[in-house]
Amino acid sequence: MKKFIILILAIGFAVSCGSSDDSNEGDGYNRTALLTNIADNYIIPALQDLETKLTAMNTAKTNFVSDKTQSNLDALSVAWLDAYKIWQALEMFDVGPGEALNKYLYFMNVYPTNTSDIQAAATSGDYDLSMSSLHDAQGFPAIDYLIHSDNALERFTTDANADDYVAYLSVLTERMKTLTTQVLSDWQGTYRDEYVANTESSATGALDKTVNDFIYFYEKGFRTNKIGIPAGSFSGNPAAEKVEALYKSDVSKTLAIEALHAIEDVFEGKAYNGSTTGESFKTYLTFLNRSDITSAVEENFVKVSNTLNGLPENFYQQVLDDNTVMSEAFDAIQTTVATFKVDMANAMNVGLDYQDADGD
Amino acid sequence: MPAEPLAVFRIGFGLMMFASIIRFWCYGWIETLYIQPKFHFKFYGFEWVKVLGDYTYLLFIICGLAALMVAFGLKYRLAIVTFFLSFTYIELMDKTTYLNHYYFVSLVSFILIFLPANAYFSIDNLIRKVSYKTIPKWATDSLKLMLSIVYFYAGLAKLNSDWLFKAQPLKIWLTSKYDIPIIGETIMHKEWFHYAMSWSGAIYDLTIPFLLLYKRTRIWAFAIVVFFHAFTKILFPIGMFPFIMIIGTLIFFDAAVHQRLIFVINKLIQPIRSIWSRNIRSIEGYKLSKIKQSVITKILVVFFILQLLMPWRYLAYPDELFWTEEGYRFSWRVMLMEKAGYTNFKIVDGKTGRYFYVDNSDFLTSFQEKQMSFQPDFILEYAHYLGDHFKSQGHKNIQVFAESFVALNGRMSEPYIDSKVDLYQIQESFQHKDWILVFKDKIKGL
Repeated sequence: MKKFIILILAIGFAVSCGSSDDSNEGDGYNRTALLTNIADNYIIPALQDLETKLTAMNTAKTNFVSDKTQSNLDALSVAWLDAYKIWQALEMFDVGPGEALNKYLYFMNVYPTNTSDIQAAATSGDYDLSMSSLHDAQGFPAIDYLIHSDNALERFTTDANADDYVAYLSVLTERMKTLTTQVLSDWQGTYRDEYVANTESSATGALDKTVNDFIYFYEKGFRTNKIGIPAGSFSGNPAAEKVEALYKSDVSKTLAIEALHAIEDVFEGKAYNGSTTGESFKTYLTFLNRSDITSAVEENFVKVSNTLNGLPENFYQQVLDDNTVMSEAFDAIQTTVATFKVDMANAMNVGLDYQDADGD
Repeated sequence: MPAEPLAVFRIGFGLMMFASIIRFWCYGWIETLYIQPKFHFKFYGFEWVKVLGDYTYLLFIICGLAALMVAFGLKYRLAIVTFFLSFTYIELMDKTTYLNHYYFVSLVSFILIFLPANAYFSIDNLIRKVSYKTIPKWATDSLKLMLSIVYFYAGLAKLNSDWLFKAQPLKIWLTSKYDIPIIGETIMHKEWFHYAMSWSGAIYDLTIPFLLLYKRTRIWAFAIVVFFHAFTKILFPIGMFPFIMIIGTLIFFDAAVHQRLIFVINKLIQPIRSIWSRNIRSIEGYKLSKIKQSVITKILVVFFILQLLMPWRYLAYPDELFWTEEGYRFSWRVMLMEKAGYTNFKIVDGKTGRYFYVDNSDFLTSFQEKQMSFQPDFILEYAHYLGDHFKSQGHKNIQVFAESFVALNGRMSEPYIDSKVDLYQIQESFQHKDWILVFKDKIKGL
């Protein structure tokens, strides 16, 4: 009994001495506020913007189809790039309706695109774009091939299968618009409320998923796909033909920078439209007394941004000319992967490994 | 002493183990943790233990049946030896899944091999037509000692500055459990609560064996055991461990308690039991031959000396134990630190200097990658695997370098492995791994 009393006293002691230095007093962190900021001020406005841009791309396509001139094709190219830039802001949100849609992102931006699949599908007219084998025959990369590769105008005019290509182009642009409209309306419908209310601390919690997708995008969509694979970082063999937007490769830097801006904005909780900021990963880390992490991340952002800005517009050409510059860019981006995956995920206690097993 | 406590322990342990195996199977873990991975991390010296492909299921069936036979006390000696061997083999197949409580299960089943746990209330009694009312006292004492070692050493391990004076890693873990009803939003993120939990956890571990040993505090101690383990079960994904410990600590209770438990079980199984339990002779003392007795004594003495010494082996290594993990396992360091890492490998052609990075997901499951990223012996073993793999693909002059960042207990991540050391040239041993970069902070204490 005596020992029991000692135990109680010891707890009391620990309690009283702990509370003198308490930076977390008050209510816990408001995760709903964070999720709300991401949903209302970032995802939904960005989706609205993307829908607008895809509608514009569709209109440009219609104009081109009715009058197949080089200038109409150029207008379509401009509309394509406008929409592609917006897409960079959304690729990291593989949650909710996007995820439910059998991975929306697989229908939008899988590259390198498969030109023989595109040709086969277009000319046979017999295809099902929801099949995973055709992920790389649709979306921005497939349109890039159709409208930017050599003899693009001929493909739609004098080619023996010109009508088939015109039809396939229409299907692709319309499909992207339809899918986006569907994802947007789901977000504006019930999912938004579900998302911001899902504050549970587990693999299925909205915050856990958002953090995971964010880090995954930084590591895979941004670092690996845009820089690492073309630079041959994982194979030792540079593969210039694997850059994003291969057939209009003078926009590769533009797209990479858009993606980096999106990463920075989401980390800092900046609104998609305008410059107001709200609750974010950054404010959450600050709440957790981990400004060491936020300053490391921000420092790295500056470095990555400087490195990217120092690259030429055309990554394809750069890989061929002097790949060491690309490898250096990869290394610059790499540092922040560790900060995100180790420090940020750890501080938030978000598991990056969803293979379940017991702990002890 | 009366035979009931050991019989109850045998039944409890056997059933728990059976349930654990079923649970493991149902979660699909045999597939995801053992069969699917292309590569398995081995304990040093046990590289010969192989995953058996689809026969791994058979191994689990054998293990589960053995556990059930232990519970029933059917062919007990054969059953417990089979259980010990199959269970331990499973644990040796891949050290990624190492858990202190699996190690605990192996040790307890090893001890049980030498105990007359089928002396009473077992099917063996029915077969042999004899049952024993009493057993030697050392039989239950050795189990009490084992449990006490687990608790006490787990408590000693908590006597360090991170645990006591920074409330780490509980600060990280508890803060993120904000979604637990009632306490989640109110106290889980409070600093005083982190300290209270850290200190009471340490005091609990250090004192609970003694509180369980003394009759006057026992019932209170058991209540605390139940509360403590239930609480950890709610907070952390620790599977069957809390139940195993709760059932295990029943061994500290007097025979009267166990007699009541057996009375209840007896009532439940009355219809079956009455058919064939008539002709059992109940005799006083279970006795061992002199030779057997002396052999068993020697084995158990050596066993416990090893148990008492093993956790201290870390003292033979320089630098911080939590950082290097040299001597960390098999020492009851349970839920003691939050460590995470990010480790990439660079495969270099030593002649031309050309290099490329490895995509870890090509070779490891996400769970393996996570474990590998902050444990040096994993990093070394994997580096060799990668070297061999790329050699077999025709690469020449292979050098393997690791670029690794590790964060420990809420500190900012730091470079972990000397990225200039070609790990392909380093052999695993019990020597200090001097290619682990020095820990930049100090953690004081045991």
